[in-house]
Amino acid sequence: MKELVCITCPRGCRLKVDEKMNVTGNFCPRGKIYAVNELTHPVRVVTSTVKLTGSIYPRVSVKTKDPIPKDKIFNVMDEINKVTLKCPVHIGDIAIKNVLGLGVDIVVTKNINK
Amino acid sequence: MIKKNYDLVVIGGGSAGMAGAIEARKLGIQDILIIEKNDYLGGILNQCVHNGFGLTEFKEELTGPEFMTRLSDQVKELKIDYVLNTTVTSLLPDKTIYASNQEGFYIIKAKSVLVTTGCYERNAGAIMLPGDRPSGVVTAGTAQLYLNIYGYLVGKRVFILGSGDIGLIMARRLTLEGAKVLGVAELCPYSNGLNRNIVQCLEDFHIPLYLSHTVSDVDGYDGILHGITISQVDEHNQIIPGTEKKYECDTLLLSVGLIPNSPLLRDAGVKLSRNKGAIVNERYETSIPGVFSAGNVLHVHDLVDLVTKESRLVAHFIKEYLDGKESAQDKYLDVIASDGVGYVLPHKVSLNNTHDVTFKFRVRKPIKDLNVIFLDKDSEIKKIFKPVLIPSEMTEITLTSEELKKFKNNITVKVEKKI
Amino acid sequence: MNNKFDIIVIGAGVIGCNIARELSQYKLNVLVIEKDNDVCARASMANSAIVHSGYDPVPGTFKARFNVEGNRMFYDLCKRLDVECYQIGSLTIAMDDEQMKVLKDLEKRAAENKVPVKILDHDELLKEEPNVNPKAVGALLAPTAGIVDPFTFCAHNIENALDNGVKLHLNEEVKEIKDLKDHFEIKTNLGIYQSTIVINAAGHGSYKLGSQLEKLDYQITPRKGEYFVFDHYAKGLVNHTIFPLPSAKGKGILVTPTYSANYLIGPSSELSESEDHSTDPATLAMVKAGALEMVPSLPFNELIRVFAGVRATPSDHDFHIAPLKTHPKFIHLCGIESPGFVSSPAIAKYVVNELVSPLIKLEKKENYITHVRPKIETRKMSAEEKIKLIKEHPEYGEIICQCEKISKGEILDAMSRSDHPHTIKAIKKRCRAGFGKCQGGFCQPLVAKLISEYYHIPLTSVQYSKIGSNVVRYPTKGAKHD
Repeated sequence: MKELVCITCPRGCRLKVDEKMNVTGNFCPRGKIYAVNELTHPVRVVTSTVKLTGSIYPRVSVKTKDPIPKDKIFNVMDEINKVTLKCPVHIGDIAIKNVLGLGVDIVVTKNINK
Repeated sequence: MIKKNYDLVVIGGGSAGMAGAIEARKLGIQDILIIEKNDYLGGILNQCVHNGFGLTEFKEELTGPEFMTRLSDQVKELKIDYVLNTTVTSLLPDKTIYASNQEGFYIIKAKSVLVTTGCYERNAGAIMLPGDRPSGVVTAGTAQLYLNIYGYLVGKRVFILGSGDIGLIMARRLTLEGAKVLGVAELCPYSNGLNRNIVQCLEDFHIPLYLSHTVSDVDGYDGILHGITISQVDEHNQIIPGTEKKYECDTLLLSVGLIPNSPLLRDAGVKLSRNKGAIVNERYETSIPGVFSAGNVLHVHDLVDLVTKESRLVAHFIKEYLDGKESAQDKYLDVIASDGVGYVLPHKVSLNNTHDVTFKFRVRKPIKDLNVIFLDKDSEIKKIFKPVLIPSEMTEITLTSEELKKFKNNITVKVEKKI
Repeated sequence: MNNKFDIIVIGAGVIGCNIARELSQYKLNVLVIEKDNDVCARASMANSAIVHSGYDPVPGTFKARFNVEGNRMFYDLCKRLDVECYQIGSLTIAMDDEQMKVLKDLEKRAAENKVPVKILDHDELLKEEPNVNPKAVGALLAPTAGIVDPFTFCAHNIENALDNGVKLHLNEEVKEIKDLKDHFEIKTNLGIYQSTIVINAAGHGSYKLGSQLEKLDYQITPRKGEYFVFDHYAKGLVNHTIFPLPSAKGKGILVTPTYSANYLIGPSSELSESEDHSTDPATLAMVKAGALEMVPSLPFNELIRVFAGVRATPSDHDFHIAPLKTHPKFIHLCGIESPGFVSSPAIAKYVVNELVSPLIKLEKKENYITHVRPKIETRKMSAEEKIKLIKEHPEYGEIICQCEKISKGEILDAMSRSDHPHTIKAIKKRCRAGFGKCQGGFCQPLVAKLISEYYHIPLTSVQYSKIGSNVVRYPTKGAKHD
């Protein structure tokens, strides 16, 4: 029996997972998916910023469009730190396509026009 | 262009202000103005680049900037007037508003006012942080602005006091940006942040959390932070000698609580509660008729989704007020936070009230297997079982109008262990 | 670079700034050397900021003389230099009949010092101050006492001096002084200077500098005082500066409104190091208890800041203001503890008129500027005045500090003055940005940006207070600077 705190949403359900991967304590179905994933291949969404030129703001916020493997967080950060975008930028703009071949894009999460 | 008269002026264009204005417009209020001090709509969400927002409001997980953009897009679609870079310098009891920006100084008359000015961070002075007062001791939100908007780290060896969510979020952000976060000290024997943040902001990065610990000394000789000492505290929050641990660091982040940013209300003569938010009735109306308050300036919320929900509710009451539903002469029942309850909202309920009322409250400390009890003075009216409540999660319980009719003296709320 | 001066003043605390202003009316070549990166950075910054009436120093002492003279000069000088200063009077409270007897003695002392006072009985006291402990039996009212903005007082003194041609070197510490008979040679961490006369107003550093030239026959003990500052909402909490009975350790823990309508509570008095500005919970608890004894309803939930200042307490309990016996052109000021702030204009006048004048010819400048440019403070203006001001000067419409309602215009104006404040703290001291409940949480980044833009320096070079106290240290993403 393993105990986990579900991090899918801010609710933070306290989950219990038995040897047969049966999950209890979850408020919604996502808790079950999280528990199984967390014990087999944990993933995280990474949020950060990238450099921005031509703007009064020197940074714009970005995120991984989908979760990436937890053990790749710092490798992805290294890639994020290399990018410079040019103003204007919009939500959903791709900052890095298929980062490190993980099948996940780094996308802009803010509109900046000036 | 700012007009001289509005049906509704919303002070503060963060998530509470925008949600309130959007709902007000949907309810048919025409003349609305949002006044925002920053050069964008969205308030503090602009710097909250992490995700976890919007699960209730938009049924998907968004980052702060994405959440605020969803709202500001609606403000623009609904053609709600807003002014940026503008500070309200005064709110007068007759709902006259003084506002100032680079284009001028404005005197605005409002039929109703929604104050949504958010909160500010409790700081070193307010907690009497012991030792020196050097640079490098900063509140987590200020460091977050420097980091996420300006693109600078305050420092690279960081200790964090307080396990509030902003502190936890910053522990991860700083780590990702190349700083070393040495640890988090929390005065309480439990964390004050969301569980999910403990897991994905601290445990993921092996950042130790020291419960029942506080900063007992700050070494900031000649204005520069050199290091700190943390100590364990006993059940009375007194430092236990001999438990000191020293850390060399260039940054001490404070995440020790948020306080409603209510001076405008206070200066207008609005009565405030102990937590510095306005005292409001079940319509979220302050002691000045027609002046309403919602969001973190009223009480600090766990989630922005709860802020927007509250503000949308308040828009309905504003509409009722503008439609001429009188409230000033009403008699009220006081709502009293009793055993184990930190605060309860609303602070009073009108005897004329005919609606169901949702009470929002926080427990003082974590409690399991408990009953939440609503009493009329001493006699129990309603009892609800809860498996667990913790201070960092606001609880909501709705009483029907029928149940509310049973209260004659006051509405007392307490929690007690189920025997 | 010219390194020869008629007079070098060491230290830009309240004494040094006043002396510089006093000297600036004469045709003299004057340099002020200050080791910190702003004037008013140590004891002059962290004190009670009271314009003491002067009723209680021992008659015949320098303290009594300069306090009383200083008080008489203070209000007019503040008007001239555009410094906020209010004559609110002080009340020294007696908690029992025994203390009431002491008040009667103090009344006599006040008469000797020629300071007007009046004894109030219980009812009269409670009428003046409804929030004072009703157990108090009476009080000594000193109507000439007041409160001052200590930061602007120093800043505008030095500004007036600079406007009249005095030079100011910040971030420069005097290391060595040699008397070469026809002049002094002064070595700092940055250079060597020659000066005919040296005025040593180096505060805590003064004793050490004086001792380089002559053995001094008294000691200086640093005594730390810790304070609470309340937000400015509990209006009318107290209307006067409220003191307990003075004791051997000093004037005791006071409760006072400040020039900015905040409330100040303190100080403690404990032995310390001269550079130790730390606070500790146990001492503050003692201060709190002492203050609650006088004003039981003090709202400690309005606390916004704690701080500590260090006084230089002389072993013989009087100011030292005289040329060194063996070096008559080295004017040595030492042990200027309370009531040093209120005494400062009188001390400066005495130093220049009585001590400097026999040493060098004092000839008045024809084009002497008597006033500083008045501050524009939007929070004090009517709506009509603000409409007009912002139309002409849009920068006064942009509010930077939300708590204290300080506009960008006020901050730009401060930086454009001749003393060019360039740290977060220096701006805070002059404009009150960051002075309020959030203590700069919201406005510090904005002020830092204004400093960075005004002086054309990267954000990583903006200092909070002392050198090395950078507000941010590293750009993210491995960037050089943004």
